[in-house]
Amino acid sequence: MADRERKVTDKEKTAGTGKVKLIPVYVMGKRYLVPETLTIMKALEYAGYRFIRGCGCRGGICGACATVYRKPGDYHIRVGLACQTVVEPDMYLTQIPFYPANRASYDFAQLSDSPEEIFKLYPEVFRCIACNSCTKACPMDVQVMDVISAVKQGNIERAATLSFSCIQCGLCVSRCMGELPQYHIMQLARRIYGSRIAPRAEHLNEAVEAAKGEKCQQALEKLMKSDIKQLREIYQSREIEPEMAGEDWTPAKRDDL
Amino acid sequence: MPYTEELKNLIKAVEKTRPQRLARKKQGEEFPRMSLDEVEAILKKYHPDYKEEGRRELKVGPSKGYQIAQEFADLLEAWSRINPDKIDLSRVDIETDVLIIGGGGAGTAAALLAEQNGARVIVATKLRHGDANTMMAEGGIQAATKIEKDSACLHYLDTLGGGHFKNEPELVHTLVTQAPEILRWLEGLGVMFDKFPDGRLHTLLGGGTSRKRMHSCGDITGIEIMRDIRDEARNRENITVLEFAPAIELVLNEHGHCAGAILYNLETEEYSVVKARATILATGGCGRLHIQGFMTTNHYGATADGIVLGYRAGLKLKLLHTVQYHPTGVVYPEQLEGILVTEKFRGAGANLVNIGGEQFVNEREPRDVESAAIIRECLERGKGVPTPTEKLGVWLDSPMIDTLMGEGAVEREFPGKFIVYQRFGIDISKEPMLIYPTLHYQNGGLEYNARGETSVPGLFIAGEVSGGVHGENRLIGNSLLDVLVFGRVAGESAADYAKDKARDGGLSLQHVEDYHRELEKSGIVTDRVTPILLPDYANPEVRERQLTARHAEK
Ligand SMILES: Cc1cc2nc3c(=O)[nH]c(=O)nc-3n(C[C@H](O)[C@H](O)[C@H](O)COP(=O)(O)OP(=O)(O)OC[C@H]3O[C@@H](n4cnc5c(N)ncnc54)[C@H](O)[C@@H]3O)c2cc1C
Ligand code: FES
Repeated sequence: MADRERKVTDKEKTAGTGKVKLIPVYVMGKRYLVPETLTIMKALEYAGYRFIRGCGCRGGICGACATVYRKPGDYHIRVGLACQTVVEPDMYLTQIPFYPANRASYDFAQLSDSPEEIFKLYPEVFRCIACNSCTKACPMDVQVMDVISAVKQGNIERAATLSFSCIQCGLCVSRCMGELPQYHIMQLARRIYGSRIAPRAEHLNEAVEAAKGEKCQQALEKLMKSDIKQLREIYQSREIEPEMAGEDWTPAKRDDL
Repeated sequence: MPYTEELKNLIKAVEKTRPQRLARKKQGEEFPRMSLDEVEAILKKYHPDYKEEGRRELKVGPSKGYQIAQEFADLLEAWSRINPDKIDLSRVDIETDVLIIGGGGAGTAAALLAEQNGARVIVATKLRHGDANTMMAEGGIQAATKIEKDSACLHYLDTLGGGHFKNEPELVHTLVTQAPEILRWLEGLGVMFDKFPDGRLHTLLGGGTSRKRMHSCGDITGIEIMRDIRDEARNRENITVLEFAPAIELVLNEHGHCAGAILYNLETEEYSVVKARATILATGGCGRLHIQGFMTTNHYGATADGIVLGYRAGLKLKLLHTVQYHPTGVVYPEQLEGILVTEKFRGAGANLVNIGGEQFVNEREPRDVESAAIIRECLERGKGVPTPTEKLGVWLDSPMIDTLMGEGAVEREFPGKFIVYQRFGIDISKEPMLIYPTLHYQNGGLEYNARGETSVPGLFIAGEVSGGVHGENRLIGNSLLDVLVFGRVAGESAADYAKDKARDGGLSLQHVEDYHRELEKSGIVTDRVTPILLPDYANPEVRERQLTARHAEK
């Protein structure tokens, strides 16, 4: 194994697939040669790893593949998503596919829109010492510390909107000096905001009724009984809302409804 | 990686024709749409579904004789992962009212409703709870929520038209009439939909829909929905989630009813027996089968396991001969290969152009037609753009959007994609994207009815694993809706069944033994073992050296 690795580096051979240069990376300290164009995830697979943990969407949005790494001659600890970060020569890396973070359990229907709810469930939010390590660790550029400050100030709306792109990978938790479970706190803030603070879509009530209503049921039944030829005709003659139409657009053909 | 010098040179052809294309666009001049005859012809010739070599007739099982993709046939003409004789069914490891297989959107919605209806629920899922295609949905969810201009009837029509009128009417009826209720339910759970200041929901037009009916949460609708319903499931005492515990076979009982499943612990490699009064299959799609070598938008666990389990237990296949290729998947840079580029880019004005910078298809054709046209451009007409990774693609001319909608529009409207490309040194507001069709969605699946029931009593299904509601081609935004509507329906039906309809009886894997026997008789010679659970992406050189003798698993 080691022999094969050595030989290849000396010559900077090209990989079988394309004309790609191979570079060394250290997976949990062990050296492998991988094509320089690959993401960390694909590089690990190239090296022969088969993921069970640490791999989900493969597209940067599920948070399964949190990774920490260091580069030679650089004291910084770096973090990223294995499926989004391209390998660099001599990087030392490991994945953190799971990091314990306590989650409070609650009966959501019973919660109010008050920030007190969050304080009660997550009193540790006040342990935040504003070191900003969480923000620095976030691969999605969420301003994690600002979110926590917003929570502390009772501004749930701000916490919810600022944390919207959180993918719950847990890197913030792994770096937190105050030992907070940031992503769980943000999840709760967003749910309270979405259901209790943001203006409700009142028109949904009418829509629910209309869909159950007799008029709609009768029209649907008629459609369900039509043969393909009739259906095609109705389909082709239906009016299409123009892309550029404003919110107040209404159809000329009312019988479609 | 940034575009290579060769690619940068090729982009010049796109830049050269851009001003004329923009001028045409501003005048409302469109590339001619195909007639119905042309559509038929191009699909037959270039759409992967229609390729003769791509399909074969199934030799075993309840849908014997049905022609489906080779990759599906390979899965179904294969041995179980277990020797049924070796499993001690008298030793039940877990007993529950409702077992749900798959912790994506459909499975989680089912869990919530089953629990609400009084059942103790176990969710067994392959990866983490929420590692699922549901998490990846970007565009949005359809529902007729604006009654001044829209109705469930119009939604019904659009869905049928998109599905080539092959959809099951009863299923579509349930889908469209429950749609507004789903949105109300989600809002109540805290989902942050895009809204106007007065709370009215934003809605967008999608391909094949006659009204603006697509509701979104930024460009991460799937994440927002999935993480909220998952959070809710975590709050419920009677829902237990088992992660990294895929089901590898259903268990029936002496009456031929479904009575649970065999789970496999991916980490310790142990098998265990779950006995359940009702079982729901919600395992999602098949992108990781890479049908005909296509790249995919799907998550790591999308390996069509549910099809295998259900088929061996006696369920028929429905409309599984079609799968959806999304026309615009990233083909280069390699790191992003397969990833979805939403059709909103075309909606916002980006043209598709070939190596000469010429348009070759109207950008609003349905997905299957658009994909076929791209394949034709690359394979027949030789006008594809060669990538440094020895593939072919065409350009999606995203910089047009900045000209049409104002500087900064690409970054503002597509923040997710903008950042991802930027990480690789490509500014998509200035350089076009290289794309090719990518395997996206399993249009068909296992047969079921509008109550989520199947032909096996006690077995319910929901979500992408099912077939019928979308006909031969799913419309944008109808799938998130599907998984929530039918997830809830299945959850309710299963809880109801578990309460007083389930009949207890001795557990059995006879159906697996019978299936094995049928395989033997059919003359199929294979050492394939399925479900495959996870794809294998090891470099072939490494694989050749992975020589551990596998203990005989069949
Ligand atoms: C990139 C992308 C974008 C999309 N965009 C949209 C959109 O904008 N609008 C829309 O409506 N639809 C969209 N879709 C489609 C839609 O997201 C999916 O079809 C839908 O969410 C599927 O839900 P599901 O619950 O059936 O399956 P999934 O969400 O995939 O869940 C299935 C679950 O089952 C698990 N599983 C698999 N096998 C087993 C097993 N053997 N045992 C136990 N568990 C198992 C999986 O790990 C997974 O957790 C998109 C899909 C993708 C991939
Ligand atoms: S695998 Fe989902 S974020 Fe990387």
